Amino acid sequence: MVRKTVFAAASVAAMLLAGTASAKTLIYCSEGSPEGFDPAPYTAGTTNDASSKTLYNRLVEFEKGETTVVPALAEKWEVSDDGLEYTFHLRKGVKFQKTSFFTPTREFNADDVLFSFNRQRQKDSPWYQYTSGVAWDYFDSMDMPNLIKDIVKVDDYTVKFVLTRPDAPFVANLAMDFASILSKEYADKLEAANKKADINLAPIGTGPFAFVAYQKDAVIRYAAHPDYWGGKQPIDNLVFAITTDPAVRVQKLKAGECQAAPYPPPADLAGLRADPKLKVEEQAGLNIAYLAYNTRMAPFDRPEVRRALNQAINKQAIIDAVFQGSGQVAKNPIPPTMWSYSESTVDDKYDPEAAKKALEAAGVKGLKMKVWAMPVSRPYMPNARRTAELIQADFAKVGVGVEIVSMEWGEYLKKAAEVDRDGAVILGWTGDNGDPDNFLGVLLGCAGVGNNNRAQWCYKPFDEIVLKAKTLSGQAERAKLYEEAQAIFKEQAPWATLAHSTVFQPLSTKVSGYKMDPLGSHRFDGVDIAD
Amino acid sequence: MNDRPSFDTGAVPVAGEAPRQHALAGFWFHFSENRGAVVGLAIIAALVLVALFAPLIAPHDPGEQFRDALLAPPAWQQGGSPRFLLGTDAVGRDILSRLIYGSQFSLFVGVVVVGIALAVGVTTGLIAGYFGGFADAMIMRVMDIILSFPSLVLAIVLVAVLGPGLTNAMIAIALILQPHFARLTRAAVLAEKSREYVTAARLAGAGRLRLMFVTILPNCLAPLIVQATLSFSNAILDAAALGFLGMGAQPPTPEWGTMLAEAREFILRAWWVVTFPGLAILITVLAINLVGDGLRDALDPRLKRS
Amino acid sequence: MVQFIVGRLLYLVPTLIGITIVAFGFVRVLPGDPVLLMAGEHGVSPERHAALMAQFGFDRPLWEQYLDYVTGLLQGDLGQSIITKVPIANEFFSLFPATVELSVCAIVVAIVIGIPAGVLAAVKRGSWFDQTSMGIALVGYSMPIFWWGLLLIILFSGILQWTPVSGRISLIYFFEPVTGFMLIDSLLSGEKGAFASAVQHLILPTVVLATIPLAVIARQTRSAMLEVLGEDYVRTARAKGLSPLRVVGMHALRNAMIPVITTIGLQVGVLLAGAILTETIFSWPGIGKWLIDSIFRRDYPAVQGGLLLVALVVMAVNLTVDLLYGLVNPRIRHR
Repeated sequence: MVRKTVFAAASVAAMLLAGTASAKTLIYCSEGSPEGFDPAPYTAGTTNDASSKTLYNRLVEFEKGETTVVPALAEKWEVSDDGLEYTFHLRKGVKFQKTSFFTPTREFNADDVLFSFNRQRQKDSPWYQYTSGVAWDYFDSMDMPNLIKDIVKVDDYTVKFVLTRPDAPFVANLAMDFASILSKEYADKLEAANKKADINLAPIGTGPFAFVAYQKDAVIRYAAHPDYWGGKQPIDNLVFAITTDPAVRVQKLKAGECQAAPYPPPADLAGLRADPKLKVEEQAGLNIAYLAYNTRMAPFDRPEVRRALNQAINKQAIIDAVFQGSGQVAKNPIPPTMWSYSESTVDDKYDPEAAKKALEAAGVKGLKMKVWAMPVSRPYMPNARRTAELIQADFAKVGVGVEIVSMEWGEYLKKAAEVDRDGAVILGWTGDNGDPDNFLGVLLGCAGVGNNNRAQWCYKPFDEIVLKAKTLSGQAERAKLYEEAQAIFKEQAPWATLAHSTVFQPLSTKVSGYKMDPLGSHRFDGVDIAD
Repeated sequence: MNDRPSFDTGAVPVAGEAPRQHALAGFWFHFSENRGAVVGLAIIAALVLVALFAPLIAPHDPGEQFRDALLAPPAWQQGGSPRFLLGTDAVGRDILSRLIYGSQFSLFVGVVVVGIALAVGVTTGLIAGYFGGFADAMIMRVMDIILSFPSLVLAIVLVAVLGPGLTNAMIAIALILQPHFARLTRAAVLAEKSREYVTAARLAGAGRLRLMFVTILPNCLAPLIVQATLSFSNAILDAAALGFLGMGAQPPTPEWGTMLAEAREFILRAWWVVTFPGLAILITVLAINLVGDGLRDALDPRLKRS
Repeated sequence: MVQFIVGRLLYLVPTLIGITIVAFGFVRVLPGDPVLLMAGEHGVSPERHAALMAQFGFDRPLWEQYLDYVTGLLQGDLGQSIITKVPIANEFFSLFPATVELSVCAIVVAIVIGIPAGVLAAVKRGSWFDQTSMGIALVGYSMPIFWWGLLLIILFSGILQWTPVSGRISLIYFFEPVTGFMLIDSLLSGEKGAFASAVQHLILPTVVLATIPLAVIARQTRSAMLEVLGEDYVRTARAKGLSPLRVVGMHALRNAMIPVITTIGLQVGVLLAGAILTETIFSWPGIGKWLIDSIFRRDYPAVQGGLLLVALVVMAVNLTVDLLYGLVNPRIRHR
């Protein structure tokens, strides 16, 4: 009863809004403040949702709701036969946003492309270090500075990228957030006014929405870009209401204070689904949560010991208690939505008795080990602590004593990477560009030992296959190699593959046209809201 | 309407057993007149018993995970079972048992924090008050600095520096609580220093340490005891707040604040995981404050209620 | 009086220097570092890491960094956030009004309810009103406010849906901040319903934040009143046949206010500590939440600047209280 009256009050408020201006406004309860509005210096999804996806475009983009790469600011592109030259033909008639702080005088062209990339790779560019502490982490971590030899402006609407070696995932990389195209004209104006840092505070792009205002830690406002090359958006205003607490986001959704909110706590899903004003979309996340043994340390240097421990973990219990059902047991190191995922892999069966016997057979008795649990919640792992507690109880059943270790998140990441780390570490990964190499190569290749390869696992037969696959350009050939790699992975068991989380997106039933992004971003282009 | 008691801290001489016993009896008389204080004392006594005999009282092990009963509601609610009187948490641990074991942590935190704060604060306060001059100025400046940060802010930064955990949380809280003891002691010492009995003791050849700790200190006890009870409840609250912010005791420790932090995500779905730990904190702190009020009234009603 | 003020200010100088050392020192010994946090699972190469740390100046000797820091401070430069690259002072002052608004509302509520309740309880000592109000005050004083906030959210925002869940104002209203205080800005904007919305959003956080100061003020007022009511001059006034209202209002209340003012001043520290918890629970965009977030993100300059500014605020308020105290009670001045 009471609910009804309040809902009525909310509709009155909505009517008032409709009365003042018949504009369509969509409110999204985002999960955090963006670090800035220039996408390239940052890697956090929260930041990119608020910048690259709304304000900017890239030469190529991921198709909405897919991981396939489609033309965007580049209408088409060619690759030379040796795989070293990529020529992009740019779209004509693309307009930058006009805002209270900047009025563009020219359309998008090759200069903007050169500016956007060169500032990240040319150390003598005045924009390489436009404000203290700016770093191009994503560009660097995708190895772009070594990969790109040169970027050539062929004419105003043609740009050629020259590479140092053939690299199959290159075009997919250009669809990533750091490759967003900024306005050189705006940058020049800021540089002349000696206000370079403003590019990060008052952004201008070609994207579907234009920046209106940002109140720190509270709200970001956007308006539809009227001259957007893809056509004006169905909604007029887009508002990000920054709400860091997940339980609060759910309450705001239920109260109608916002129409979409990311990352609902699994515990609240049932309540959200039961709400007639809401719908909950879901999708398998492009991610993996794992427990990485240190394969350089006895007795974890023996695959039979690792396999035995894997058998002792009740993964379904983790899915139930930690993910509250919002995940699936992982058997491969790559998520099931990714091409080349090996269906034929057989997962370790949960069998404490067999695990105990296998450990005895391997001569392991009275084993004490550490399990590292990260202190923060990540999209692939809502609560590592709780997971560690469950593993602790599971391992106790096979006679393995576990001490749970935790530390500050930055320390954790650093120490987890060390080659002589003591203990198995819970961690995970979310895909950047939908390419299997982004998992198998980055996380398990020999080059990653002491860094992203947290199992410190260098196994030549596996490494060779993955390296070879990266130089091929045919997807079918590559997929075959990656499937082989997954079989080797399972046999060697450097990790216990724990789970792939399911990503949920609760929305108001009034919202239409929203598509969940397998890469984990939140896009509002093409989204409409009913009155 | 004048309710000043006959008992006056400043005037009680440190002498033989008889007056001391008399003072104790008088104190108990005043204390037991206060119904609230007696109830508080009874609750605390019960809590101490619960903490001491936790393994006997608790129906389950606080860490045992009943995987067939995740987030089971309390016994009286539909779907609840008498097996888990107050329900279970997200990994199926019995909440009642965790609360029972949690009382150990809360009382332990209170005792240790007050102990450290009292020891450090009283010593520095005595030194500052007794010696005066440079030592006094330095010590009091440091206390001023500590007091100019909001207590919780300083505790949070300290814990961030030391690393999250119950021990470090206790150290941080003790550090932010001790200036109060130092100030009180210093003020009392300044007031007592020039009194006749001190001069007499000094003339009789008592050493500095003896003068400070044996002659002067016992006469400053009343306000210190009251402050100690206050600090006891503050310590429990602050430890719980730190636990709530994820910087105190780390899960799976059944510390009440930490339990609350873990329970936050279930605020809409499972009210019992949120409600009971908070209630336990409230009751404990309330009991201690009731006793604190009673102590103050009995020891010296002139002390301000704050 | 001028002498008194100057004396007070001089007295603060060593404390101020101490505060800068504490703020600076703490941040240097914080484990973990922002570069690693920002890189996340991707990690960062050791060379890149070293380069970034050098850029932030973290590789230089401590005393050099400290001198730089103090020189900057004297020029009003608090440094720049590592995460957002925005000057700390800008960040702080863009969020500060939200905290001030909340704190002022809380303290006003605490005073407006607390003082009359305390006075009445003292005058009617032993009555049911005295016992009930002081009982409630003790419960309030013992309340873990983070839990209290959660309970109120469950009840009023969740079950009853009377109040909004979080934030400062409904997002359907949009106007440029003028003062930063939502109550004032919403009135200035002239948008219908904006002010009501701002008030609605303030209710629960205010109640939560006011709980402890309210309890403290009510208790303090009561005991101060009791003490004053027992003094000779009050009894004389009574004996002279002055009406009870006059006795309480004119004589007792005025004298009882001296310790109460001190208490109110002391609540500022309590409010700021409470603001951390309250803002965290209600997603209130103020400095309490910002400070916590900065600590978790290891945003050194932000933590450093935030600590310093918060301490300055507390000091400024304490100084004001001191001066007020000096005005009300001239004896203090000549101590």
